[in-house]
Amino acid sequence: MARAKARLHGIPWKGFHLFLPLSVLSLLIAINLIKGADYFSISVIHGALYGNIPNILFGASELVILSIGMTLVTASSRGQDISVGVAAAIASAVFVRVLLHAGTITWWTIVTGFLASCVVGIVIGAFNGSLVSIFRVQPMVATLILYTAGRSIAFMIDGKLSPVLANDLTGQIGGVIPGVPIQTPILLTAVFIAFFAVLLKTTNLKLYAESVGVNEKAARLNGIDPARIKFLTYMILGVCTAVAGFIAVTKAGRHDSVNLLKYVEMDAILAVAIGGNSLGGGKFSICGSVIGAYTIEVLNRTLLRLEVETETIKAFKAVFIIILMVVASPVVRDYAAKALRWMRARAGNGTVPETGAPDAAAVFNPDTPRKKDM
Amino acid sequence: MRKDALTNSNLLFLIAAVIFVLMYGFAILAYPGSFLQFQTFFDLFSLNAPLIILTLGMSIVMIGGGIDISVGAVTGLVTMCCAVLLESGRGSVGGAILLALGIGIAFGLLQGYLISYLEIQPFIITLAGMFLANGLLTTIHKDPLNVTLPDFVSLRDYEIVIPWLGTNNRLGNFIPLEIKPGAVVVSVLIVLLVVLMKWSRFGRNLYAVGGNSQSALMLGINVRRTKFYSYLLCGLLSGIAGFVYIMTTGAGNVGNAAGFEMKAIAASIIGGTMLTGGVGNLVGSPVGALTLLTINELIRAAGVNSNFQSIVSGLLLYIFIVLQSVVLWLRGRGKLRLALPSWLLPGKKEVEGRG
Repeated sequence: MARAKARLHGIPWKGFHLFLPLSVLSLLIAINLIKGADYFSISVIHGALYGNIPNILFGASELVILSIGMTLVTASSRGQDISVGVAAAIASAVFVRVLLHAGTITWWTIVTGFLASCVVGIVIGAFNGSLVSIFRVQPMVATLILYTAGRSIAFMIDGKLSPVLANDLTGQIGGVIPGVPIQTPILLTAVFIAFFAVLLKTTNLKLYAESVGVNEKAARLNGIDPARIKFLTYMILGVCTAVAGFIAVTKAGRHDSVNLLKYVEMDAILAVAIGGNSLGGGKFSICGSVIGAYTIEVLNRTLLRLEVETETIKAFKAVFIIILMVVASPVVRDYAAKALRWMRARAGNGTVPETGAPDAAAVFNPDTPRKKDM
Repeated sequence: MRKDALTNSNLLFLIAAVIFVLMYGFAILAYPGSFLQFQTFFDLFSLNAPLIILTLGMSIVMIGGGIDISVGAVTGLVTMCCAVLLESGRGSVGGAILLALGIGIAFGLLQGYLISYLEIQPFIITLAGMFLANGLLTTIHKDPLNVTLPDFVSLRDYEIVIPWLGTNNRLGNFIPLEIKPGAVVVSVLIVLLVVLMKWSRFGRNLYAVGGNSQSALMLGINVRRTKFYSYLLCGLLSGIAGFVYIMTTGAGNVGNAAGFEMKAIAASIIGGTMLTGGVGNLVGSPVGALTLLTINELIRAAGVNSNFQSIVSGLLLYIFIVLQSVVLWLRGRGKLRLALPSWLLPGKKEVEGRG
């Protein structure tokens, strides 16, 4: 409580918060185009669209969904949930179990299984949320519990090593429904994003989550219950994990409790950071996180396309992240702003700086972000 | 504020120590055959020395209000680099030690600079550090590499024998206690770091920075340099842990020390360090690590499904976290007074908890 300081530095650039993810994305696409001009080419195989862009949308679907929930949780509770991958494994284990116990698999059993996994996701979210909101544990510590225990729980729900979902319907959900030219996970992701956009537009959730993240005490004085909002965001993240697990398990066709969505929590947190959101809570942009998630997938595939050896990919990814975070760091931005101001002063008052739109924005923005810590 | 934070550190440590003693007592009652032997206890130290060293580093960073999730990967990288060097035919044990320390310091320097001077979020930077170390590890060598250099093998097999501590085996022969050099390294490090954190200017500053970096800044503490040193120290400790790891196992492997970062965080938390910073006791960290390891040993001794091992670890973590939170909350409301005699008051006798 003593550390409850006002954190108003959520989004670095007013109106330009999407600059970082978008510029990175366009840089990556430019690299891809230099490598080969046929980057955007799309071919039709068996009545569905394939190509680089559909592959990216297909591959990033779980990550996008998780990063949406992660953004909300980060904003309200000023910390990250590192158990999302594990929670998705548990939720999808329940889904697979319901399906395998049902005998014949119809659309109804799939819906039932999906709802069951959603309930499990919500329960997991409530577990984490209760620790964070009631016991006031830091989110990373609270979710470390499930991170430790979760994969074993998923394994025990499975009952055996990687049960297989061998039927047409789940194959269609994870692949292509006949007659629909786009792969189903892409559609599901789009539906989910649309649902979330409507949710944020029509409710006060965004405002409440931001105000709790910026200043918990002030939020309470204004009649918002911080505990309830935090709890709610964790339950929403629980639903996100269930959906992500559902997509992942139908894509894979089997439930591998050890490797399903492994390390996805790191990528999801990275997506939130690349999206221009502060990991210290406060204001957020879901749009940025979604673009950040797609950026990570593009980065992975770009490295593959540049024929970087698979063993070295992680190192390149790390270097890329470090450069990105250095460029976006407050100190470097301050320097850039100073340099720009100096240049403007030399050029005279009338001229407008032409280079570096974001730096210009940083100059115009009076409250340049101060230091941040986790 | 400062007084509160310090007493909180000691209180959390006391909880950790009591739970460890209870846990070990239970283990002795349940499996007197194995847990009553000194060898079992010292094996916990010998075989898990890298984890304990990493926990120390993690606690230091966490006291400073940061986090370092690259430690496991850096340790793995160090083991592989040392193995490659020792197997190349030109390396010596001394060279390997220098290499291990060098890699650790290099990671510490890079991450510390980026986090403290460029003010980037520690989670993201150390995540990148983890990716970097992992990527370099697989780039350097992919397959398990067993070190066969005679000097090194003799170091690996070297065991310190303590003749006056030991147990009789089933046949009635007396077997003296044997300790790996790693355990000695751990003990020395614990003493050094506890002294550093408790009585040096750096340690005091780090508590202040972790507790409230604004106040620390106003008190004239160089916040950035203090944070930088904490990450440097953590990197150095991961280097040491890497060498101790390969000294224990004798092979470089891609999977070495994988997932140790989360285990180290869990051990630090059980040991009473708080992720928010400013609260923690370095004596608690090895106690936390030993608590986790004792549970694993207990479950192994019980012979149940190995999946229960992580589930019980998680459950224990849950109990700890809730307990810590409730105790701190009660104290915050001033309803809880620990009625302890003066000779038991925290701050003087905590070194006992290590034994």
